[in-house]
Amino acid sequence: MIARLLAFIGRSVLSGLAGAGKVTLFAIEAVSHLVRPPFYGREFLSALLQIGWLSLPVVGLTAIFTGAALALQIYAGGARFSAESVVPSIVAIGMTRELGPVLGGLMVAARVASSIAAEIGTMKVTEQIDALVTLSTDPLKYLVAPRLLAAVISVPLLVGVGDVIGVMGGWLVGVERLNFNSATYIRNTWQYLETWDVMSGILKGAAFGFIVALMGCYYGMNSGRGAQGVGRATKTAVVAASILILAANYVLTEVFFSK
Amino acid sequence: MIEIHGLTKSFGPKHVLRGIDLSVVRGESLVVIGGSGTGKSVLLKCILGLNAPDGGSIVIDGKPATGHAGASEREEFLSKFGMLFQGAALFDSLTVWQNVAFRLLRGANRKPRAEARAIALEKLKRVGLGPDVADLYPAELSGGMQKRVGLARAIAADPQVIFFDEPTTGLDPIMAGVINELIRSIVTEMGATAITITHDMTSVRAIADKVAMLHDGVLRWQGPVAEIDTTDDPYIQQFIHGRAEGPIEALR
Repeated sequence: MIARLLAFIGRSVLSGLAGAGKVTLFAIEAVSHLVRPPFYGREFLSALLQIGWLSLPVVGLTAIFTGAALALQIYAGGARFSAESVVPSIVAIGMTRELGPVLGGLMVAARVASSIAAEIGTMKVTEQIDALVTLSTDPLKYLVAPRLLAAVISVPLLVGVGDVIGVMGGWLVGVERLNFNSATYIRNTWQYLETWDVMSGILKGAAFGFIVALMGCYYGMNSGRGAQGVGRATKTAVVAASILILAANYVLTEVFFSK
Repeated sequence: MIEIHGLTKSFGPKHVLRGIDLSVVRGESLVVIGGSGTGKSVLLKCILGLNAPDGGSIVIDGKPATGHAGASEREEFLSKFGMLFQGAALFDSLTVWQNVAFRLLRGANRKPRAEARAIALEKLKRVGLGPDVADLYPAELSGGMQKRVGLARAIAADPQVIFFDEPTTGLDPIMAGVINELIRSIVTEMGATAITITHDMTSVRAIADKVAMLHDGVLRWQGPVAEIDTTDDPYIQQFIHGRAEGPIEALR
């Protein structure tokens, strides 16, 4: 009984480590293609459009509702200490440091990791990946590297836009519902916000973008057969990307802000 | 042109190829027949390096097919080949002409866009498709047209060796006949070496110079196409007449 339990633990740890190793090797090889020609500019631009531009509505809507709810909560919490005036600065700090990158990253994981995994998985199942190889094109260079680069560039930009929209959501609620003076709200937002608050969130965005594209590509390239295989790859990519984003967020927050 | 000796390949406990010896001379059209799941596709993928063989040797044009030193060497090796995939495997994010010109638009021997398009249109014409389909996406085409586009893509860079993976599967008999004829005439006029895998006997008779039968991981029989009707090999006889009774188990 105990032996079986130990064997189970051992097997799980081994397969977990093997999986982590495979993902790491995959990532290293894919990144190495970014510095070795040929480069596929067209694929990069199309990935930039797919991952960045087309995610704007989702990230923007997430940010505006989050900022709005945040303002209400902080107002209610602040009222307990007669500190309602902290709403503008706490909303700004909360959005830029934490909620902008994390919720933005999670929404991008849902939208982009799934679509990348499903697209590449389907290409694998329909032999399009094999066809690429027979046409002298490395799938890692042609499919994976452009998506990784596009995500690392566009997700921080999305986070930046999300920050602005989130703060705007807080301002909207502050002015319309909580009777803040508009000019005072904006002044308080600026006054206590530091550059590092924004920069740290944007750096997190770059890391989350890398995670999203890497998980989408990895599970797509390793998709099983048939519709079921692609479905499983898509699901796993989204789950893995989301968990890794939350874990990476904790680690990065420790690195950036722990005393 | 292609020399294979003692090729073996297993997936886990499953021994798919158990010692294949095969040689194909330049300009010859070989058809490999065999039931579903006998490793025909694996054989092709081993030659192309899509699957790494476990043992044996594959020599193409006097050079080993595996263990390329660098990316450019591998690219040069692969540029000798064209392949028509079973489901055509067209890239669905690209238009028809971009699919056909895929190799011409990328890599070391890249051509200008206008020239690549002109070559693509010419190859499309060769497989019986007009310029009106060039700007459509693969999903807008019928199965037969997709196969034609796949064929045009396979021959776009004038390869020395062309592989056909079940070229007529999923097509109606008339369309299958058309594709068979196209393959035969294109292979002859290009002087290319061809390896086709199929279980369609009409294809075999239309395309083959030489036939090899794969069964249970080895080549059970090989010979000129004219001999498949006269040989008394029980495996060949069962296969070409489609009998349920015989040495080949029906349950696989």
